[in-house]
This record gives sequence, C-alpha cells and structure tokens, in this order.
Amino acid sequence: MPVMSYIQAITTALREEMQRDENVFVLGEDVGKKGGVFRATDGLYETFGEARVLDTPLAESAIAGVGIGAAMYGMRPVAEMQFADFIMPAVNQIISEAAKIRYRSNNDWHAPITIRAPYGGGVHGALYHSQSVEAVFANQPGLKIVMPSTPYDVKGLLKAAIRDNDPVLFFEHKRAYRLLKEEVPEDDYVLPIGKADIKKEGSDITVITYGLCVHFALQAAEKLAEDGISAHVLDLRTVYPLDQAAIIEAAKKTGKVLLITEDNKEGSIIGEVAAIIAENCLFDLDAPVQRLAGPDVPSMPYAPTMEKFFMINPDKVEKAMRELAEF
Amino acid sequence: MAIEKINMPQLGESVTEGTISSWLVQVGDEVNKYDPIAEVLTDKVNAEVPSSYSGKIKEIVAQEGDTIEVGELMCYIDTVDEPGSKQEQRSSSSTEAVEHKEAEASSDQSMKKRYSPAVLHLAQEHDIDLEQVTGSGKAGRITRKDVEKIIASGKIPEPSKVAFQTEEQVSPQEVKPLNKSVSGTYPGDVEIPVSGVRKAIAQNMVRSTQEIPHAWMTVEVDVTDLVTYRNKVKDTFKTREGYGLTFFAFFVKAVAQALKEFPQLNSTWAEDKIIQRKDVNISIAVAKDQELFVPVIHHADDKSVKGIAKQIHELAVKARTGKLTPDDMKGGTFTVNNTGSFGSIHSMGVINHPQAAILQVESIVKRPVIVNDMFAARNMVNLSLSLDHRILDGLICGQFLARVKAILEQMNEHTINVY
Repeated sequence: MPVMSYIQAITTALREEMQRDENVFVLGEDVGKKGGVFRATDGLYETFGEARVLDTPLAESAIAGVGIGAAMYGMRPVAEMQFADFIMPAVNQIISEAAKIRYRSNNDWHAPITIRAPYGGGVHGALYHSQSVEAVFANQPGLKIVMPSTPYDVKGLLKAAIRDNDPVLFFEHKRAYRLLKEEVPEDDYVLPIGKADIKKEGSDITVITYGLCVHFALQAAEKLAEDGISAHVLDLRTVYPLDQAAIIEAAKKTGKVLLITEDNKEGSIIGEVAAIIAENCLFDLDAPVQRLAGPDVPSMPYAPTMEKFFMINPDKVEKAMRELAEF
Repeated sequence: MAIEKINMPQLGESVTEGTISSWLVQVGDEVNKYDPIAEVLTDKVNAEVPSSYSGKIKEIVAQEGDTIEVGELMCYIDTVDEPGSKQEQRSSSSTEAVEHKEAEASSDQSMKKRYSPAVLHLAQEHDIDLEQVTGSGKAGRITRKDVEKIIASGKIPEPSKVAFQTEEQVSPQEVKPLNKSVSGTYPGDVEIPVSGVRKAIAQNMVRSTQEIPHAWMTVEVDVTDLVTYRNKVKDTFKTREGYGLTFFAFFVKAVAQALKEFPQLNSTWAEDKIIQRKDVNISIAVAKDQELFVPVIHHADDKSVKGIAKQIHELAVKARTGKLTPDDMKGGTFTVNNTGSFGSIHSMGVINHPQAAILQVESIVKRPVIVNDMFAARNMVNLSLSLDHRILDGLICGQFLARVKAILEQMNEHTINVY
C-alpha cells in the first residue's frame, strides 16, 4: 500500500471518481491550471481537460450555484471553496437551495453536489484563512457535513460524498494536508457517511472529536498510556447528522467524556454531542461532560503567541484528558 | 552563557515540515540574532532560517537532507544573553507545584462523598456500601472504575454494623457537611476522627430528626411502693441469680404490658401506611465510652421481670465487651432509655428510627408530694415520651402514659411477682 498524505488522498479520490464517472467534474478558484492553491487538484486539468476542471471567477455564490444547477441536471460536481472562510457568500445557495431541493420538490429533484473546503487554524492564516465553519451548517436537515481526520478516511469518504445523491459539505483541515500520512489502499473503497469511527479503544476516559483534533487526541493518548491511563477515542467523521448510537456507546463505555473541537466553544458541534450524552447516558456518567474548544473570540489571531493560545494542541488535549482521568 | 535550541520555524500555511537543503553555518561559528543559519525547502517555499539568538553554534542536530517537523530541533546555540537561568527557575518551581499538588491530593478527601450518577447506580444495583469504598479519584472521590473493580472482584463489602440497626435498611443517608467556618481549627484544638459507630450514631440521629416530626410529653409517677419492694428483695435476688434487679427491668415490663394494650405506639411510619408490630421488642440504650448501642430485648411482653432483668444484664455485658451481634440489635419496635442512670430528671429523646416513640425513664427522686391534702415524702419519677407526630397524637400518648403510670403505681409487695 502506498503511503499518502491527507491531500494526496483527496487528489487520488477525485481522480478515481472522475475516471469512474464522466459526470463528475471539478470547479473552483485556481483548481485548473494551477492545480489548486494547496494543490488538491494537481494534475486533474492535464488529465481531464478544461471541460471537467473549471477555473471559476472569484465568486463563491456562483461556484455553489453553478454546481447545484449542474447537480440537479444529473452531473456530479465537486465544487472547491478555496478556504472555508470564503464559503459565506455561498451560504444562501447551499442552505436555501441545495439542502432543501429534495424536500421542496417532493423528491422530484435532488442536488448531488460535493462542496470541498479547507478549514482550520494553526497555519498563521489569521482571520480569513483559519476559520471552522461547520457549526453554521450543522442545523440544516438535507445537508451532510463530513470532516475526515486521516488520509484513509479522506479517500473513502470523499468518494462516498461524490456518490451521495444529496449535497455534502466536505471540510478538510488544511494543517492536516501535509502533516498526516499513512498507508492508503489502492483499491476503490467507500466509507459510510454518518458513521463515527473508533480510532482507539480504551477504558478510563472517552474522547469524542473530529478533524485534526483526533490526531491530537491520539498523540495525547499515547503519552497518557505511559502513566497507565487508557483513553477511548471516537472520531465523529460526519459531524451532521451525528452518529448518535456511536456517541452513546462511547460515552457509556467509560462515563468520563471529553469533547474537543477547534471551533469556538459556544454553539459548536460538540455542544450537540454533549446534549445527546446528557439525554441518554445520565446513569453511566462518572464525571461532568467536558468540552475543550477554542475561545469565544471572533477569529483566529495572527500573532503566533495568540494563535497558540487560541488553537487546540496536543498539550492542551493531554492536560484536559489527564484532569478528567484523575477526577 | 546558556545553551538554547533553535527549532524548525513555521514557514507558511499548511507547511508542517521542511527539508534542510544546506547549513549556512558550522559548529563554532559566531552568529548574530536574525542571521540566516540554514536553507530549508518545503512544499511551498524555499526559505532561510534565521537565528533566534546571538551566540556560537554549539551542535548541529538536523543534517542536510533531513526532513523535520515544524518545532523540531535543528541545532544548539551557546548564547550571549542568559534567558536560560530564568527558564530553569520556572521549571523548578513548577516541579514544586506538582509535588505540592500530590501531597494535597492524598490528604484532601472533600470529594469522598460526591457520588456520580454512575457510582450511585452501580452501588444500588449491587448493594455496595459506599462508606466502605476507598476512592482513587480526585480528593478521594469514588470513581466508576473503583466500584466496577469491587464488583469484578466479587468482594462486596458488608453493610457496616451500625449502632441503630433497623429492619428496613433504607439507603444510607449522609450527614450534611458542616459549614466550612465551623470545621476550621484553631491552635490547641483537638481533631477527633469520626469512627464507624460514632458516624452511624450521627447519621441515625440526623435522619431521625430530619424525617420524624417529634413531639414530647412527660408524666410523673409515684413509685414509692415499687422502691420499697425492690429495695427489700434486691440483695436476696443478687445472691440467688448472680445479677442485680434494677428498677429499669420493672419499667421495661410495665411498658411492654402497656404496648400490648396500645399497639399504636408499637408501630412504624411507612409513607403510605402505618405498620403496627405484633411483637413487642424493646430497644434499650447502652453506653460504652464514646459509643452508644441499642440492643433489643425480644418479645419483652412474654418475659417476667426476672427474664427482662437477666436480658438487660446480658446485653449490657455484651455491649461493654464489644460482643453484640447483629441479631442482638435487630427488630426493635419501641425504645426505653434509662436516662435516670445519669441523674437526669427530664430529657427529650430522639426517636430510634423507624420506631414511633421513645420513652425516657428519668431519676427516681424522693421529694415532698401532696397526698390526701397532706405533705408526704414520696419516690417520684418522670417518664418523658418522644413521639412521631405523623403516627401519634396527644390523646393516644396520654392514654398510654396514664396506663404505664397506673401499672407502675400498682406495683407493690403484694402485686409483683418477679418470676
């Protein structure tokens, strides 16, 4: 099996899906000739040509709108938002049109579009290049939000997103692009959307998180294992709709739950996870459900010291996990 | 001079590692702060890494061609300024803090009785007395794992032998922690740890006073004839039987007889019903040093004065030698408390939960009393009843006490048969 980085897994999935289905096409800013600012679409223009790899104007609303229209007519568009921060002009298209078309048309129409966007901080990107925007979309039935944490999951889930018959937001942590590498099978596999994944079995505390924070939790878990603390790590993978059964099972397993997100704390995905646990697991809880998240500050600061303060990192995760284990 | 590290800097968005293409300095070179020391190649850029300090390159760790992560060590530099000493200080103080924290953790038991839903749930399901579980969590907290370990080991601790053992073992209630300001100590104060029996007494007293609405009633009884009779026979009795014939035995006998006639007082409050007991089992309080036991004279209504006296003697000996068994403590339906033995002439007893009433037998005192409009020297005793006002009212208790009084006042040389 070849070792692939997170971003190579994206390129591979796109390439394989474009080869498999001629209705799949890519559109976005600089995705064509340049191969994407992060090089996620590297080489696709050369292989598939300008008709299937579209360089668009700097107009996110148009990227989403064109994609949604094409999807409703039977295409399988993969639209790229250069940064998740720039998705805001497209919110109306995504929430009012893509999410609701199947419901509004009584099943006559649907929009099988995938919208990819790099999110997350820790890369000195500051305000417009660091945001986590998943919570904005996470109460819109009709949408699915996938946020994979590993190259293996990226390939399987991006393929699933493209093949899904409804709109899927696919958020990729930009710091994970070149940080995370692992062996990824060459065959054509698909992972289920809406299913969380146990990344590590453990018995003392349960960590539930997604995206890059899964990686931090696993690093911290390794350190804690040296002190005899066994952590159970659940990767949500799909943050909307949530895999309730997996969350309940993981929370009941240890009764001590730490939820982590890089997003601002209040109103984040993990608040909903906490509510699911509160509704279902009271008599199994051994500690208050803990949340580790970014501060409620409008955006990622640029100053490195302040960015460090804002960002979740392995040290913060380890400290929170240790405190919960000792409780 | 101090040794400092120079680490791989962050050289752009999404860049997490870099390859050192060439070192621009060698070991021993003097560099100024911000001088370039190496060229690094990343996915996105080629960049020079500036020195973070002025000083002499001490050791190059990452070699040309190595790919290292952002934040990883590139080389050591011997610096001119001395920020190192500051750092050392900080780290040593943090170790102290850790040690301090550990010491604190072992003595602090403030979380011992803060049970999580999981712990309470498991304890109830498996009938585990949490009082006897040692917590491994923060500040002595009992964790779910602690309880799970006990269940897995199969060594579930027996419920503690409490002083006031009751038939219905309701889940143990906690004594509410005192106000913090009360528990603070001053120089010269002595702290006495609360032992098992003391703790059980405290819990039962709190429970009784919190749950039972107490009311009180006292009658005075003329026991002159009883005193005369008992004083006459006590020496012979002692010689013959080997133990004393106390007044208390007569009182217990009288109460047992009256309880048969007034079963309302021989009962228990059970929320939606009142349970009247068939058996008359009299609990008696026996003090030992700092402890108080309440063993039971079972079927007191079946026993003669001698039989009761004998059992009081046996239970008292057992209590003082620590040989009371759980059976000795079980099944009490009414308590008679011999407060007179301490010289008390009036007291308000706390009901022995879940019984309905407790009777305090006070000191027998010889004093002038008006009999047939004349002063007479009579042996008088006060009987003080505490009653559960949920079950009992003044009328029935007044009738009961009047009956006990009548039985006692009729006890004399001609009517009593101790056997």
